[in-house]
Amino acid sequence: MSADSTPLNTSKETANPAADGSELIRFDKVTKRFGSNTVLDSLDFTVNSGKHVTLIGASGSGKTTILRLLMTLIKPEEGTIKVAGDYLTHEERDGELVPAGDRHVREVRKKIGMVFQQFNLFPNMKVLRNVTEAPVHVLGLSPDEAEERARGLLDLVGLGDRCDAYPSQLSGGQQQRVAIARALAMRPQVLLLDEVTSALDPELVAGVLDVLRDIAHTTDITMLCVTHEMNFARDISDDVLMFDAGHVIESGPPEKIFSEPEHERTREFLSAVL
Amino acid sequence: MNWDWSAVGDFMPMFWDGLLVTLQALVLGALLAFALGLVWAMAQRSGLAVVRWPVNVITEFVRNTPLLVQLFFLYYVLPEWGLTLSAMVTGVIGLGLHYSTYTAEVYRAGIDGVPAGQWEAATALSLPKSRTWGAVILPQAIRRVVPALGNYVIAMLKDTPMLFVIGVLEMLGEARQFASETFLTVEVFTVVGVAFIVISYPASLLMRALERRLVR
Repeated sequence: MSADSTPLNTSKETANPAADGSELIRFDKVTKRFGSNTVLDSLDFTVNSGKHVTLIGASGSGKTTILRLLMTLIKPEEGTIKVAGDYLTHEERDGELVPAGDRHVREVRKKIGMVFQQFNLFPNMKVLRNVTEAPVHVLGLSPDEAEERARGLLDLVGLGDRCDAYPSQLSGGQQQRVAIARALAMRPQVLLLDEVTSALDPELVAGVLDVLRDIAHTTDITMLCVTHEMNFARDISDDVLMFDAGHVIESGPPEKIFSEPEHERTREFLSAVL
Repeated sequence: MNWDWSAVGDFMPMFWDGLLVTLQALVLGALLAFALGLVWAMAQRSGLAVVRWPVNVITEFVRNTPLLVQLFFLYYVLPEWGLTLSAMVTGVIGLGLHYSTYTAEVYRAGIDGVPAGQWEAATALSLPKSRTWGAVILPQAIRRVVPALGNYVIAMLKDTPMLFVIGVLEMLGEARQFASETFLTVEVFTVVGVAFIVISYPASLLMRALERRLVR
């Protein structure tokens, strides 16, 4: 039986062993500005592999910016980001750190998957092809291998019977579950979840969160979530980072942050959202 | 003014020849305009200024000069530079090049209409550029602009008589020739006019129907 018959990655399958608790993501003095607005100000933080980390904070505090920086959708003005020991936006050439070329970015980025608030499925492709497209054309899997992997993942998210549907024929919750399967099909070491339930009708939220909870509890994938679902955050997170004005002002296990926050801003934020 | 039906009958063999040439020029010109327009549109989104700038200059220049002038230029000036092409080939290039600057704008609007999230998803999956364009962006962009492209084909059809000035015997050319030999002007030019409306009116209805289906 091939390793591909299991839909999710385990530490045995990935080239870089995940979930050994070592440092997987490192932000080093990262500054991000939009015009004159400094969203992240010399931010340092690390995430260890296998951890599930939730970023909380008021909107505009820079949480989503962190995910978008990691996904290379935007570039930092200053500082460096490392993923699994490799620089993401830079590369080392002749002992010097230079802005990374396309190829280097592509290689490092393969370790990262992302699920978006607005799903962003490809509307011109059926569900199955949404999930097989990148494994075939980026990882170089054969169409059969990719399809087997995709069907396994679509079963996992409860949509094994909708392979031939177009995204527009699915509910928002179903589309988001397909998007989760699509991200997992690349077997990333890190899964970025950007307010994945914010665009969903309330009755569809639970289905998506159940899938994510399942993935969080049964795999060793590292998760970085931005969410307003505090119960979900409490349930799956190992660590919660409270952001304010581009800084981490408080961090710790969810029990601590949610029940005895130290920082005044954290208390204000939690009383507003809980 | 007399209407002579037998003149219409006599004109028919030449008319069919002309119609065939018109449709050939139209189809080939449209294919060139579709292909070249896509090249311009993608080049205009290039990250390299050395690609963007020349393309902007070329397309603005071609769009803002008359097709008739371009046809004369291609037909009379290119041979001086050692490039001699047949009237038909020159006409197809002229039509295709001229209309490519319009289709480029159409494609651009279609590409701009694809939500940013589609580019982001393609980046997040590390899709290579060729797949991002070929499998994600263009299929969505082109679907939306098919009716607009079709409307330019109809406009092109109505510009094909200009090829007559460089000696392409399309419908109008055949009609002129027939009329100069027989002096039966009313019949032949009426036939040509009717032929244009018989082709272009149903085509424009088709485009409107497509628009309702494809653009949502």
